Amino acid sequence: MVSEQLVDLSRLQFAATAMYHFLFVPLTIGMVWMLVIMESVYVMTGKQVYKDMTRFWGKLFGINFALGVTTGITLEFQFGTNWAYYSHYVGDIFGAPLAIEGLMAFFLESTFIGLFFFGWDRLSRKQHLLVTILMAVGTNLSALWILIANGWMQSPVGAEFSYQTMRMEMTDFWAIVFNPDAQAKFVHTVSAGYVTGAMFVLSISAFYLLRGRDIEFAKRSFRIAAAFGLASALSVIVLGDESGYTVGEAQQTKIAAMEAMWETEPAPAGLKLIAGINESEMKNDWEIEIPWVLGLIGTRSIDKQLPGIKDILVENRARIVSGIAAVKALEAVRADAGDEEAKATLERHMSDLGFGLLLRKYVADMDQVTPEIIDRAARDTIPRVTPMFWAFRVMVALGFWFLALFGSALWFSVKGDFADRRWLQRAALWSLPLPWIACEVGWFVAEYGRQPWTIYGVLPTHLSVSTLSVSSLYGSLAGFVGFYTLLLIVEMFLMIKFARLGPGSLGTGRYTNEPAHA
Amino acid sequence: MPIDYETLKVIWWLLVGVLLVGFAIMDGHDMGVGTLLPFVGRDDVERRVVINTVGPHWDGNQVWFITGGGAIFAAWPLVYATAFSGFYWAMLAVLWALFFRPVGFDYRSKLASPRWRSAWDWGLFVGGAVPPLIFGVAFGNLLQGVPFYFDNQLVSYYEGSFWALLNPFALLCGVVSTAMITFHGAIYLMHRTDASVHARSRTAMLAFGFLLLAGFSAAGIWLQFIPGYVISSPVVPGALPDPLAKTVVREAGAWMGNYRRVPVTVALPVLAYLATLSAMWLATRGRTLLAFVGSSLAIVGVIGTAGASMFPFVMPSSSDPRSSLTVWDSVSSHLTLTIMFFATLIFMPLIVAYTSWAYRVMSGKVTAAYIRENSHSAY
Repeated sequence: MVSEQLVDLSRLQFAATAMYHFLFVPLTIGMVWMLVIMESVYVMTGKQVYKDMTRFWGKLFGINFALGVTTGITLEFQFGTNWAYYSHYVGDIFGAPLAIEGLMAFFLESTFIGLFFFGWDRLSRKQHLLVTILMAVGTNLSALWILIANGWMQSPVGAEFSYQTMRMEMTDFWAIVFNPDAQAKFVHTVSAGYVTGAMFVLSISAFYLLRGRDIEFAKRSFRIAAAFGLASALSVIVLGDESGYTVGEAQQTKIAAMEAMWETEPAPAGLKLIAGINESEMKNDWEIEIPWVLGLIGTRSIDKQLPGIKDILVENRARIVSGIAAVKALEAVRADAGDEEAKATLERHMSDLGFGLLLRKYVADMDQVTPEIIDRAARDTIPRVTPMFWAFRVMVALGFWFLALFGSALWFSVKGDFADRRWLQRAALWSLPLPWIACEVGWFVAEYGRQPWTIYGVLPTHLSVSTLSVSSLYGSLAGFVGFYTLLLIVEMFLMIKFARLGPGSLGTGRYTNEPAHA
Repeated sequence: MPIDYETLKVIWWLLVGVLLVGFAIMDGHDMGVGTLLPFVGRDDVERRVVINTVGPHWDGNQVWFITGGGAIFAAWPLVYATAFSGFYWAMLAVLWALFFRPVGFDYRSKLASPRWRSAWDWGLFVGGAVPPLIFGVAFGNLLQGVPFYFDNQLVSYYEGSFWALLNPFALLCGVVSTAMITFHGAIYLMHRTDASVHARSRTAMLAFGFLLLAGFSAAGIWLQFIPGYVISSPVVPGALPDPLAKTVVREAGAWMGNYRRVPVTVALPVLAYLATLSAMWLATRGRTLLAFVGSSLAIVGVIGTAGASMFPFVMPSSSDPRSSLTVWDSVSSHLTLTIMFFATLIFMPLIVAYTSWAYRVMSGKVTAAYIRENSHSAY
């Protein structure tokens, strides 16, 4: 059996490398559209300042993009290096969107980013704008296919298990592409990226305004960021609500944990603002609740119930018991392909096969399963409530803060006197790190909330790992964290340096901080 | 489904080959440029010339690697799982070497400090030289078979160590691979530069061209004595993939069997020789663009030779031969192979088209004058 230490280290390494990667991705996804907007204005009006804006913000975009690519390389290969059984078991489905992402999106994005930076003097204005747009389309298509893959992990549609090949196989490609979970995740995630991009430009522009330098450049950038940011903050909240709805259908466990909902409550359930969670006794010591709201978000109705954790536990326990029959039948069929009775049993219990596999964490032989082990496995199906509950609330609170900030930024932009409101500029400046926090906790809720599964209800995490030695994992984890941290420091150093230099770093002679040499 | 399973399995063997060759030609030439960077560029301006020959393109080229990984995941999930977890530290060495490239290209010239720039130059060298070396070593090990087996649930267990990968034959294959990629990069540099960088690239081109010819010949001779693998049970190419359903034996000289059975495949090693020699001849005569076509064809010949020798094996197992992975039993389902085939058919021509356009936009020599005029925007 696979050691728990190996599983934990593999998870930690994936979490660390994915979360590092996602420090850079949202800014790329959002800023690329800001570049499209700025350059479009340049092409339409012919005003030089908009070209300078595209080039300067593009420079910062490039510094960020380099680390996005660096940390992204790892993720394409880590399924194979560290999650070999996962790769075998679901590669037939999961590999396809990753490969299509490369073919359809990443090639597009990466080819045109070269022309974006180097093509200014070799392309006409319209050609260059087209290049920027294609780069943006590629970036966002890339997110689409990755989230189709991720959405399938959360809600595995369009596939079935084959005992002959001992893996999940694709049955309906379009069901996987148009998986509601994946689509909701895509729009929510790219909107979060747009908020991040807008905040980045808003904050740094506010910095120039506070310093009283490069005013015209900063004012124009601030306005575009405020408008783009408000639209994005609205959509991240509305579309987040949409993903709340799909989570409600496919993954009731996740929503119950996010909401610390121990008991099934009469419909429509209330939304808890905050609560004192008592994990060991499975109850909340106190809670402050808004009536009705969760039921409306989660079921889009006033009469459908959302199941509480205790009821889910009972249901999952029954599925584990049924899963034991499925695992035993599978073993029999693997040993003797002609065993028709076992095939029939497997067919009957197929939908609970994954639940049976949960027991493999504790016993290899299904005949040694005891009621206590079943209880432990059932308890495993509920992620820890406290981190889910609070992480989710941090994300939502930040979402509403973004709405308020971009709302006032746009309001005073339209009124025309935002340049005098230093409180607004300070608020914008100090909010710079917040979208990253929101993005990271958002992913934490999505992925930690999926545990103990890699593929929800199908493949448990502890079976998914490669059979590597624990010492290899310590070595690679240390290597990744060390290397990435070093690169992150270099990146932050350059980013801060060039953000401080401002548009003068372009060497055009029109701004403060122009370099001394030509 | 419009194409039967057996045909699709063969098509996907060819397509993985196309992606590998595409990777070696496209990402290969900028890796070759990275390898040569500290040697053909003697001062900062010369080094910036070298870097900017691939500056606008390295990122798009690197996607051949990413997409190759994704395609192997989608089409040969068992190979993706078994090879990358088995070659764990080799794979990490490739990834970590590649980390130097995006940051090296983008960050190097953003600060003026000579130490900063020199550090990134060596980073780009590592990012250019290490991956081809390791890929060559990996191929050398595949040709000998690697120690792994599957249990009844198809969980793979790798029994070798990283150091065992560094055996003499595999290292020779690493030399062939590095020579091939550096040769290709040197020709690209000759095409895109002038003056002293051009002259030094010419010297490198000749040196690595001869090294490639010598290494390829030595590996070819050595291969006659290395036991190959043969499927000893009846093969049903259209069957559901199950690597444990067959038996396999090791046989001296078995890797030469395909050339006897299908004599036309001898064209591949012949192509490797002829294309390398003509690329060298063309490059010395200043026909650098044609020479680049020649070194690209040489890559087709070398990689094709390795693939044709092993067919239908992809990853033979030395410790449990029946666990060996072949094109018949390591593939995805019929549906996935079909969908991925059409996806590749649609997107690959588009990729080639817009990549060619990008190279045409940026064509011409990168000169010292260009670097001086664009010192704030060039890499």
